[in-house]
Amino acid sequence: MRWLAQLRIRIQMLFRRREAGTRLDDELQFHLERQIAENLSAGMKPDEARFAALRTFGNPALLRDETRSTWNWSGLDALSRELRYGFRTLSRAPGFSVIAILVMALCIGAATSLFTIVRSVLLRPLPFRDPGRLVMVYEHFSNQAGSNPYNVVSPADFFDWRTQTHGFQDMAAWRWDQFNLTGAKGEMPEVVQAAAGTWNLMPVLGVQPAFGRSFSQSEDHPGGNAVMLTWNFFERRFSGDPSIVGKQIHLDTKPYTVVGVLPKEFTYPDAKVQLWIPYTANQSPEFLQYHDHHQSRVIARLKPGVSLASALGQVAAVQYRLHMQYPHSPVADSVLPRSITDDLARDVKTPLIVLMCAVGCMLLIGCLNVANLLVARAAARQKEVAIRSALGAQRFTLISGQLIESFLICLAGGAAGIALSITATSWLAHSWKDLPSAQSIHIDGTVLAFSCALVFASALLAGLLPAISSTAKAALTALQSSSRTSVGNAARTTLRKTLLSIEITVTVVLLIAAGLLLKSFLHLRSTNIGCDTDNVLTLGYSLPAQKYDKPEKVNAFNEALLARVRALPGVRAAALGTMLPGAGWDSDDVFSVVEHPPVPAGHELPDALNRDVDPGFFSALHIPLLSGRFFTSQDRAGQLPVILINKELARQYFPGEDPIGKHMRVPAHSALNYEVVGVVGDTLWRANEPVKPAMYFPLLEGQSNTDLTLAVRTGANPLAMAIPLQKQIAALDPQLPVHDVLTFDQVIGDSLAIASFSATLVLAFAILSLTLASVGLYGVLSYLMTQRRTEIGVRIALGAQREQVLRLMLFDGLRPAIVGLVIGLAASAALTREIQTMLYGTQPLDPAVFAVVAVTLLLVSALACMIPAWRASRLDPIQALRIE
Amino acid sequence: MGKPNDLVQGTLDLLILRTLLPEAMHGWAIAKRIQQISGEVLQVQQGSLYPALHRLEQQGWIKAKWAESETGRQAKFYALTSAGRKQLESETANWQRLSAAINLIVNEA
Repeated sequence: MRWLAQLRIRIQMLFRRREAGTRLDDELQFHLERQIAENLSAGMKPDEARFAALRTFGNPALLRDETRSTWNWSGLDALSRELRYGFRTLSRAPGFSVIAILVMALCIGAATSLFTIVRSVLLRPLPFRDPGRLVMVYEHFSNQAGSNPYNVVSPADFFDWRTQTHGFQDMAAWRWDQFNLTGAKGEMPEVVQAAAGTWNLMPVLGVQPAFGRSFSQSEDHPGGNAVMLTWNFFERRFSGDPSIVGKQIHLDTKPYTVVGVLPKEFTYPDAKVQLWIPYTANQSPEFLQYHDHHQSRVIARLKPGVSLASALGQVAAVQYRLHMQYPHSPVADSVLPRSITDDLARDVKTPLIVLMCAVGCMLLIGCLNVANLLVARAAARQKEVAIRSALGAQRFTLISGQLIESFLICLAGGAAGIALSITATSWLAHSWKDLPSAQSIHIDGTVLAFSCALVFASALLAGLLPAISSTAKAALTALQSSSRTSVGNAARTTLRKTLLSIEITVTVVLLIAAGLLLKSFLHLRSTNIGCDTDNVLTLGYSLPAQKYDKPEKVNAFNEALLARVRALPGVRAAALGTMLPGAGWDSDDVFSVVEHPPVPAGHELPDALNRDVDPGFFSALHIPLLSGRFFTSQDRAGQLPVILINKELARQYFPGEDPIGKHMRVPAHSALNYEVVGVVGDTLWRANEPVKPAMYFPLLEGQSNTDLTLAVRTGANPLAMAIPLQKQIAALDPQLPVHDVLTFDQVIGDSLAIASFSATLVLAFAILSLTLASVGLYGVLSYLMTQRRTEIGVRIALGAQREQVLRLMLFDGLRPAIVGLVIGLAASAALTREIQTMLYGTQPLDPAVFAVVAVTLLLVSALACMIPAWRASRLDPIQALRIE
Repeated sequence: MGKPNDLVQGTLDLLILRTLLPEAMHGWAIAKRIQQISGEVLQVQQGSLYPALHRLEQQGWIKAKWAESETGRQAKFYALTSAGRKQLESETANWQRLSAAINLIVNEA
């Protein structure tokens, strides 16, 4: 029953410790009294007896401590004592504590928010079975230089890869698509984003539908009409009713049968995708033969025992053979693998990493600031530390006591920071629109664990150095009260100056990064797309092929719409086309010039962006005509085929000659020869990409019925036109839904979102860091002034001018700032190369940015140093000397 | 006894347990009894006695109770537990074996 007794004692020691302490005192007192009684009975006088008893008793405090140290839970007891003591000390200096806690709260909050986002976007596991064995396979044109080497895949290439290689367990493909969903029971029609996947896509990914089944092989053929719903769409549009499986929905007025519903966590490739159809379902049989029409993405699952390199080698061999087979088509000659995570995060990976580093820098500066503050406080407690050390405290105990203080600060700061980051994270996720998987960003256990780790690390970083330095032997010898020269403080002063220099170095790096990003973003924003984007409203629509099956019907609708829209009051001009400038790539086609010699075998054929435009397109958007003429309403199907080219195409492919009157052949468009009738000004397909050759076809050919964009220039307030425009469309076809009703500026602004966002955030961090650094600088200089008070008093008494003293203190304070600045500039020069991909029109070593940052830092530092320096120069020497 | 080292600490535990075998006593009485029985050779200092008593209590060999002492004041009386009794037997056996071995070496001609 020994363990029972032990347990009882343990519980008693835990909860009734104070009582046990009193009892111990009683016990020892009893012993002492018996000893005195014995001495008395031996014949000593009362005083003598008492003294003799006390002498043999020894040091009562030591005896009590030694006895207590045998008790259980003494470690916990010591820890709680240290915590209480630390808490009391901190609450006695509220100003310092509040500032330190605020600093840590800001830094830890920012770091937690960003980590939450990074984790959701970059680190979250994918909802597939064994995602480590999945890889995306892209095509690659080895002679094509460009920022993106990953080229989407053409269908016939994929089919050949699948049938002719056996290195992968299986391969599947998918592509984007879009449909008009007809409303059932009087609901509004809507445009839905869709994806088309091969029948084996779900099995390859290892995804089981929540209801129903995925596609069967027999359904994946041209004309197939099966469809799978995503969970989001299923809940939103069909109220989560599983009986939808087996029923029909109408996409582009064609009936499709719902065969299954995908599970909730499956939001690949994007949460915007509402439904999946089989890969070849709404395509013509020729689609299966296209080697030169690229739009698909291929996912392959690795076979156990076969390495990626060897499986990929087989695919590359097949692709090269195809390349040699079709020398005059844009058929790629090699392939490139890519991990799915990288694929999903492609645009945001670098900015996120840059932001993480910026937050890390800010956290470092926060810790250094708190360390600086702690060092300053250690000066005030020097005597206490020396006395405790003399009384026998171990150095470890003293250090851990100070660490507990910094831990308490970081704990409070961390708790406040986590509360802060909850709001900050939701704001961040909301404003950064392009963020993939934005809907799954929330704070959970891993993030909290990360925050706790941050708290501990910061506490250690901020507390260790001051603690070690304040308990060093040299510091304790300065305890001699007669010392006038603060010799022992030299080490501490150097420490603070070093910490400050490091702070300033990191601040400079942040400021320069922010400056570069900001300059780059401003550059981007002011880039001229090549047309006039003021007061233009845009919207998109697609004419379903079932209803608009003849070019005449398509033309009838489009011409009627343009006529109605142009007649609306407030409309200055209207344009209709397949893609607006600055809105994206859309599609490109290979072409050849009839009058030029044919391209020799083995060389790539030239390609250009292709657009269909109505006759009034260019004048409505103020794109200039450089030579020849625009389209007229005569240029339509059945008439002479005509084409317009942009300046870049004329420059690259008609050098030194007049392109008007020449003929181009675009096999993907039709078999006709198109006559070039005009050259128009260049427009950028995206604000931060260089201009690409483009060719324009008349919309009135009637070929394009899907994905048309209407742009309307108004006098003012373009959004007021939204309802009238939609009414006009409804008047022509009540079943036709429109999507993306946005101003032209919004459309272009979306492509700048990431640049704007990163620039803003990094700038915010940099300014915060600058504030922290300058506050730290002020603190250090004030401290220095206090230390050198005697010396300054003597100088002034001996006749030094106030200005001389001012200059002395100013330079003393500026020296660590200048050291930090120089190192910071050097470090930036080395590091800014890393963010080059995020810069546009700005060199990583931009001299203007570097200069501005240097000057700003010097000014701010000088300002921070000025106040204490001025105070020092105003010192009354008698007051100063009297302090001693 | 000066500062207790390992051997002496173990021996002190043995002495305390043995002293408590006949009846419960408080700390002062234990020290006096050890002094008396050893013929004034062993004098236990408070500095080693009370830490030892508290350690033995934490380990469960002895249990404590507050009661009125012979002088009328309250005192903390310690008594052996049953586990303590067993410990005493094993410690005694250990001590006898150890001291016999030492005697053999010391008395070697």
